[in-house]
Amino acid sequence: MAIVRALRVPLRLRPRFSSLSSIAGSISTLVIGEHEGGAVKAPTLSAVEAAKYLGEGNSVSVLLAGTGSSLQDAAEHAASCHPSISQVIVADSDHFVHHLAEPWARLVQLVQQREGYSHIVTVSNSFGKNVLPRAAALLDVSPITDVVSISGPNQFVRPIYAGNALSTVRYTGNSPCLLSVRSTSFPEPTGLCDICVTHSYYCITDSIRKSRYVKLTSQETERPDLGNAKVVVTGGRALKSAENFKMIEKLAEKLGAAVGATRAAVDAGFVPNDLQVGQTGKIVAPELYLAFGVSGAIQHVAGMRDSKVIVAVNKDSDAPIFKVADYGLVGDLFEVIPELLEKLPEK
Amino acid sequence: MKIMVAVKRVIDYAVKIRVKADKSGVETQNVKMSMNPFCEIALEEALRIKEAGLASEVVAVTMGPKQSIDTLRTGLAMGADRGIHVEATGDLFPLAVAKLFKALVEIEKPGLIILGKQAIDNDCNQTGQMVAGLLGWPQGTFASKVVLDKEKQEVMVDREVDGGLETVCLNLPAVITTDLRLNQPRYATLPNIMKAKSKPVKKYTPEELNVATKSDLEVVEVTEPPKRKAGVLVSSVDELIDKLKNEAHVI
Repeated sequence: MAIVRALRVPLRLRPRFSSLSSIAGSISTLVIGEHEGGAVKAPTLSAVEAAKYLGEGNSVSVLLAGTGSSLQDAAEHAASCHPSISQVIVADSDHFVHHLAEPWARLVQLVQQREGYSHIVTVSNSFGKNVLPRAAALLDVSPITDVVSISGPNQFVRPIYAGNALSTVRYTGNSPCLLSVRSTSFPEPTGLCDICVTHSYYCITDSIRKSRYVKLTSQETERPDLGNAKVVVTGGRALKSAENFKMIEKLAEKLGAAVGATRAAVDAGFVPNDLQVGQTGKIVAPELYLAFGVSGAIQHVAGMRDSKVIVAVNKDSDAPIFKVADYGLVGDLFEVIPELLEKLPEK
Repeated sequence: MKIMVAVKRVIDYAVKIRVKADKSGVETQNVKMSMNPFCEIALEEALRIKEAGLASEVVAVTMGPKQSIDTLRTGLAMGADRGIHVEATGDLFPLAVAKLFKALVEIEKPGLIILGKQAIDNDCNQTGQMVAGLLGWPQGTFASKVVLDKEKQEVMVDREVDGGLETVCLNLPAVITTDLRLNQPRYATLPNIMKAKSKPVKKYTPEELNVATKSDLEVVEVTEPPKRKAGVLVSSVDELIDKLKNEAHVI
């Protein structure tokens, strides 16, 4: 039986008991999964972790799509990567080699029509953002995206206005309830667990293709992934050039950190777009966030405000970044960074 | 080919928002409102496509209360040929907006729909994808580059994704949502603002379009995020390293 934690709710917004109990009756969750190189990707584990909060006795199925042996290997990995997973569903078709939204949304619709989950969960990364709302439209339900807190099977908290306000939303519709969660709010557990899983397979015969993948342009890097790094070093426009940005990279290397950038730095061409931290870029929540030459605009802060410790270095003592930093140093980053490189302890 | 562009009236991006004391929402009275920045970029892209001779007409669409007309007029001043205002009071969630859009598409029959990837008020990033799903059209979301091929009836879209830039090719008709780097929107010149006053605007209500706007979502409350503890200023790199090591324990 699902346990829904009691909340103080204003009288006029008291939940309609019938729809609450119809979801609370039996919770089952489909997690839309991603895999790479024969293993389930970390964000998928965040989604599975988040599903725990929907209620007790929640049976979680992970849906993986793709082709070939890497898909099969990923399915094997999925079987042992999280204690909540009781089923792995595999869709094997070359429609899914490049994870386009159109076949994926159709797949989610098909699986839902056959299995009837109460919830469908994914992570709000660029894949989840692309697919989930399209799937929701096919299923004729409103999705709740970018959830940071789950308090039961149908009540969620999500940031609005660049994270300057939090909106608590209740889903009052029929099954399924579709949601995407911020991976920084649901860190994945570490360690493997017992395999206790069934596999099931889907064949896609729908062959109308209105879209095709052409290419992916990405930078090779040895830096840890920005989305889940423990330390992030970010540079702003004050770095003045792509050449100068190498200082940020050097510092990141010394700290074993990922490199981030403000929108201004990306617009100016210092670094590629996938390093952008902010309201419409990546949301990060590392243990330590160091911002050099970053003014601290609302839209940038939206992407890093949940960092445990924030350090800011800026020449301008009035820069808004100092309002959000735990430690602020008013100074010239072109002097501070070399000094840090010299004095920081070896990792 | 006709292009339909969605434009939304939102609190201006530079405004510091305030949460209402009764937690029912964010204060919008006496607050500067503007066209959503992503919608400006969407409209700009549509205008450029038309100016390149690849489209015949740009129709700007807005949905919301009476005051939304201001945003529509800005769109007309930027260069849209016609406007459509779906007048609706009360909250319009993305699914309702998408269904209203679908109803308009059945009337207008555009070859391309461009929307901003998200509105900076609710930050949903859903409507474009939902419109595409309801219409069964392909989608190119988070676009940083759009190249139309009229001959082949296709559009190449570079998308900003987690791993870098992904290029997809979509058959027309298609739905595109814009990301920040797609273009720099033009300012409306004074002569164009004057001209915009006489451009046609058609009004609809959700009832006329046969769309129920009652939602399966309810906002329970809107609150401020937890405040961070106030920080301190350090006076040297040595002091910074010391604090990070011995006080914060992060290095």
